[in-house]
Amino acid sequence: MSNQAVDKVGHWQTVCDDWGDDKQAFKVHWGKFMMWIFLVSDTFIFSCFLVGYMKVRMTVTDPWPFPSEVFALTLFGNSIPLILIAIMTFILITSSGTMALAVRFSHFRDKKRIAQFMFITAAFGASFVGMQAFEWSKLIAEGVRPWVNPFGAPQFGSVFFMITGFHGLHVSIGVIYLITVAMKILKGHYDKTDYEIVEIAGLYWHFVDLVWVFIFAFFYLW
Amino acid sequence: MTTYIPIADRDEELHDHPHSFITKWVFSQDHKVIAIQYGCTSIFVGLIALVLSGLMRLQLGYPDSFAFIDPADYYQFVTMHGMIMVVYLLTALFLGGFGNYLIPLQLGARDMVFPFLNMLSYWFFFISVLILLASFLVSGGPTGAGWTLYPPQAILRGTPGHDMGITLMLASLAVFIVAFTMGGLNYVTTVLQARTHGMTLMRMPLSIWGIFVATILGLFAFPALFVSAVMMVFDKIVGTSFFMPAILSLGEAVDHKGGSPILFQHLFWFFGHPEVYIVALPAFGLVSDVISTHARKNIFGYRMMVWAIVAIGALSFIVWAHHMYVSGMNPYFGFFFAFTTLVIAVPTAIKVYNWVLTLWQGNIRLTVPMLFAMGFIFTFVHGGLTGIFLGNVTIDLPLSDTYFVIAHFHMVMGVSPVLVLFASLYHWFPKMSGKMFNQTMAKVHFWGTFLGTYAIYLPMHYLGFLGVPRRYYSYGTTDFIPDSAQTLNANITNAAIFVGIIQMLFIINMVWSVFKGKKADPNPWEATTLEWQTPENPPGHGNWGSKLPVVYRWAYEYSVPGVKADFVPQTIPPEEVEMEEGAGPYIYRGEEEHA
Ligand code: HEM
Ligand SMILES: [Cu+2]
Repeated sequence: MSNQAVDKVGHWQTVCDDWGDDKQAFKVHWGKFMMWIFLVSDTFIFSCFLVGYMKVRMTVTDPWPFPSEVFALTLFGNSIPLILIAIMTFILITSSGTMALAVRFSHFRDKKRIAQFMFITAAFGASFVGMQAFEWSKLIAEGVRPWVNPFGAPQFGSVFFMITGFHGLHVSIGVIYLITVAMKILKGHYDKTDYEIVEIAGLYWHFVDLVWVFIFAFFYLW
Repeated sequence: MTTYIPIADRDEELHDHPHSFITKWVFSQDHKVIAIQYGCTSIFVGLIALVLSGLMRLQLGYPDSFAFIDPADYYQFVTMHGMIMVVYLLTALFLGGFGNYLIPLQLGARDMVFPFLNMLSYWFFFISVLILLASFLVSGGPTGAGWTLYPPQAILRGTPGHDMGITLMLASLAVFIVAFTMGGLNYVTTVLQARTHGMTLMRMPLSIWGIFVATILGLFAFPALFVSAVMMVFDKIVGTSFFMPAILSLGEAVDHKGGSPILFQHLFWFFGHPEVYIVALPAFGLVSDVISTHARKNIFGYRMMVWAIVAIGALSFIVWAHHMYVSGMNPYFGFFFAFTTLVIAVPTAIKVYNWVLTLWQGNIRLTVPMLFAMGFIFTFVHGGLTGIFLGNVTIDLPLSDTYFVIAHFHMVMGVSPVLVLFASLYHWFPKMSGKMFNQTMAKVHFWGTFLGTYAIYLPMHYLGFLGVPRRYYSYGTTDFIPDSAQTLNANITNAAIFVGIIQMLFIINMVWSVFKGKKADPNPWEATTLEWQTPENPPGHGNWGSKLPVVYRWAYEYSVPGVKADFVPQTIPPEEVEMEEGAGPYIYRGEEEHA
């Protein structure tokens, strides 16, 4: 289509033409596209979990505990609300930054740097999971279980362990995924093709971070 | 940065040429083999579900004559029958079977974009089937909660299979969803990113449109089922109370309190209603292609058909609570969901009109696939009309949980998709196996199935009006069910047994023809779509030999005036189309003008 024509029919027409064209609808690697759809599908899973949580929070008969008290940590004699979760959130968001750097270096095909930043990202991820394990064991030590909760409604424990567990599972899988990809890159597995895989892994990782922001907001701030 | 090369423009051959029996037929990554694996497995479990329905019918038709069916068994049969039919037969066969087979072949791809994941998809499906069948063997047997698995009763003592049965069912569903996701990602990505030269979206056969939109529905709807399965497993095993309120069971207070059973219903039907269309949309697509091919006419209103599929798919996410009119929800909700439900009838009716208008003045060939396709139009219109009754709150309330509902959904999502499945299996069998099936046997199969299912389900509408409730082992004596209802029930059972037995004709025909059938022509129905133009029959590994096909037109170029043959395959260049004496050159009017 000539430029003039584009002006006439507007940009929507060109968008439709691109989608309706032959061979492919989007000018991206199929793997990246597949990851996108997977993430949309996964979004539905997390949304259902969160909607379930909201609904259960509305129907429970016992009072819902105060998150800022339950999730407080006593440091140097002072009880600081939400401190651990703040650190965890900070770490996870930082890891998104390091992942972005790995993606950046993948455009320069700089194998060492890519792998380096992917390992750093994985390390942040692993430490996040570690802190989550710490938080779980703290709550468990205080007597919170999926079926009982000394601070109020037992559903608090149920949803907490279920949703953070499901998210933690995503982070753990992400850590393994990142390490595997980084190793393969170092071994030269993608030398002949492209480094698209770094971006694909990056998409997954950013998604897991984004989900955490929602869990954080709904769970710790509400 | 290098720009990304579309898959169709890459010159690569497939890397993994399978050599041994194991890589060729067992752990195969070839979409055609995976499709056949999906097909055989799902038909196998489907037969189990069929036997279960026969057993239920024996009890209903001849109460208390069969000592080996006690009430608990009956509930287990109901549950397993319903769940297997909906999920493990129809979903798996339409998407895992036909999706896998047709997407690469009709779009001119060599395989799915991610064959390894596709193979894993089948094996996860296989495991989910094993888990499902294992529940027949554990103590307490499979769950008897009904296919909707509603808590609290699904996990309370007193419900059959409340112990291991329900756990295995939920586990099996979760594994199935993982399998479906792995396959579904492949289907969607392949449709959008791996089409061949000239295959634009608006030239795709309607089969692909149906399968494509259904897969998207699945990817967005199954998460709700997954989440409810996880939460129910926790309620059952760990003792949480997501769905479980405080309740007395067998005279004892349960250990749960504060959960919301209604939450489960919402999650379940947020999956459950789209699930109906996950089954129906591929059926719509496949039947459109069968009808157009055997009527030797272009499908009427192709563009409308595509948009109807998309519209139905989108709407199907906002109607779910029409299954919950009796749950005590706010009347305004009921109004909203009744409205959206009735709106879906519009694109659905458009599709029906278009099928009929495709047949109108067509050069109809009454082949076996065509018979089944026309049977589908009857049963679907029939089931669709009763759906309009049930979509209205005030009419649904008295009819809910009666045999009217049973009749409705068996017509619309039981019999109708199954008829399309048979149409499609017969239609594509010559391509899949390279052999022709026995026509006479297949025609007997059609008439037996079509008339037989009417004999089963038509009287059930009447039973429903009388108020005969569904999911009952036996009725005893009541004021509202006359004795004659029992006579009717006995006759329904006779018809059901007959229909069940006649399905053996299909199995025998298929198995016999694979080994002993006549060699089939590569394009026996004279169809236009790509899968009939493969260099080998059945298509070999990689489908297209050394060069991908090029597509010049839409899939419905039948009976074009002036053209010698009554069909023009999608792959023939315009200048090579043979014309009749005196006719001008071939002009492709384009899919746009047919809309
Ligand atoms: C010859 C074929 C079939 C016969 C004779 C048959 C018979 C039955 C019977 C007797 C019931 C139980 C009624 C009750 O007591 O509530 C039932 C339930 C059901 N059937 Fe079928 N059926 C057949 C095919 C199918 C197919 C193809 C599907 C696929 C959608 C299907 C889906 C269901 C479902 C979802 C239920 C409800 C289960 C429940 O209440 O939990 N059936 N069928
Ligand atoms: Cu529905």
